Amino acid sequence: MLRTGTPCLEIEGLIHDVGPIAAEAGRMKRVLAGVDLAAYPGQVTVLLGVNGAGKTTTLECAQGLRRRTGGTIRLLGEDPQTANAELRSRVGVMLQDGGLPPSARPLALLQHVAGMYRNPLPVADLAERLGLHEFAGTTIRRLSGGQKQRVALAAALVGRPDVVFLDEPSAGLDPQSRQVVFDLIADLRAQGLGIILTTHLLDDAERLADWVAILDRGHIVAEGTVAELLGTETTTARRLTLRAPAALDLAEAFSGTEPVSISETPAGHYTIDGELSTAHLAALARWLDARRIMPSSLELGRRSLEDVFLDIAEASAQEELAGTGRKSA
Amino acid sequence: MSAAPLAARVWQQGRYETLAMLRNGEQLVLMLVLPLIAIIGLTVTPFLDGLGASRIDIAAPGVLALCTLSVGFTGQGIATGFDRRYGVLRFLSTTPLGRAGLIAGKVIAVLVVFALQVVVIGGVALALGWRPSLPGALLGLVLLALGAAVFTALGLLIAGTARPEATLAVTNLVWILFGAFGGIALPSTRLPSQIAGIVAFLPSGALGDAARAAFLHGALDIPAAVVLVAWGAVAGLAAVRWFKWN
Repeated sequence: MLRTGTPCLEIEGLIHDVGPIAAEAGRMKRVLAGVDLAAYPGQVTVLLGVNGAGKTTTLECAQGLRRRTGGTIRLLGEDPQTANAELRSRVGVMLQDGGLPPSARPLALLQHVAGMYRNPLPVADLAERLGLHEFAGTTIRRLSGGQKQRVALAAALVGRPDVVFLDEPSAGLDPQSRQVVFDLIADLRAQGLGIILTTHLLDDAERLADWVAILDRGHIVAEGTVAELLGTETTTARRLTLRAPAALDLAEAFSGTEPVSISETPAGHYTIDGELSTAHLAALARWLDARRIMPSSLELGRRSLEDVFLDIAEASAQEELAGTGRKSA
Repeated sequence: MSAAPLAARVWQQGRYETLAMLRNGEQLVLMLVLPLIAIIGLTVTPFLDGLGASRIDIAAPGVLALCTLSVGFTGQGIATGFDRRYGVLRFLSTTPLGRAGLIAGKVIAVLVVFALQVVVIGGVALALGWRPSLPGALLGLVLLALGAAVFTALGLLIAGTARPEATLAVTNLVWILFGAFGGIALPSTRLPSQIAGIVAFLPSGALGDAARAAFLHGALDIPAAVVLVAWGAVAGLAAVRWFKWN
């Protein structure tokens, strides 16, 4: 993935403190502790992290909705904190909680938002694309979560932005809406928009991201393309998962092959990791055949982004634990 | 250039906010029905007897002042409080409208709705025999617009610092208290002596006094105007300082 040229968003050393927090003796809490992130036009940059990692705070600082404590942010070359109307017209924002007035009707609201721009997208086209017509006459209060998400996405796009921020765009979407939204994001990317989105769903990140930055407790702990994070370009590690009766001694099956690691959690769900080859598959098949055991499922794959994410989260938690241990000693 | 011109954005927002207020049933009760009940009530009862040539001369300026409390303080307070809860303020401030445009839109909505109140309530008052002098009416309308601004600043201050449920409760309670005992529709001389002394220092009493002096005598009640401007300055600065957008 080419990450050259001019970024549409450049965050360096972003620090954000909140507080004072009454429950912690009036101390300030550091939510972002030096975040560095760049996003480029024509790419989907995904900020991935568990709830509370600081994803939304990072976006809000980048959108100019929050005053940062330290660091620099350049959004389309300008500081979002002092954004003028011209900069805001080039940036579309979809907030996590929607930001839509409950008593409004979707198309009337979009028409209103469109009025803030000189050359907005035709509301009818956008509504068609996102399937808003089916509930055009319903007040936003009565829409389902997925329907509200689609309206919020339309509101972020109606001004023909160059950069869009999407905070948890797939939250609450049914599978069909999800496909519509993902297709639209792919189109926007093809049109050259810079797309920055947050998610805690690893599946979203795997499907959409050109670049993933993993945020954990206010730090970027890892970043790269999905392939880089998975290590698929550098290793031939594979994972075999199977479901079969509990408490099988699978180690016996692989006694004559290159070593593998085997785990069984929960009972009957086996995971076999290692540099797997056809020899491993043959050995397993022979062993199962000899015992007349037919697995209910058998799958060969790679490590998923979830595994990478869990490894990183665990390593980062242990580091933190070691750090606090030293401080208290 | 991809943002619509400033005037177009603000006008768009003003129109949107105005329609939102007028489409809301509770807001209509507050902005038109209750003031209508007040003006009719005060002209058919003897509360205001002996203060002027006729009941309606005293009642009309006070009820118009009450209208500014309805639209600016309670109406905008509640609407803004809930918009803040639902993230509407944050979303709109990321569009070319921005925060300043959002506030300007609210000011337009308050002024348009107030103009509507003047037409409806003033029309009823004229039908009931109200005959203010032209210079007095012009001065009175300027003072009422100032009052609307002061009450809007106070409403936004509460909406921007408290939960919307609390804003709803406080702004409705204050409407009742100011309406009944705040010297706005009933002059302080008709209030119990314990509170008559302090109402002149409340924004409600100051606006009521200033409006009555203007419409009745064509005179500027300078102490009342000073109190009103002071409230406006304090509330405006406090709202700018403490208003939380999220």
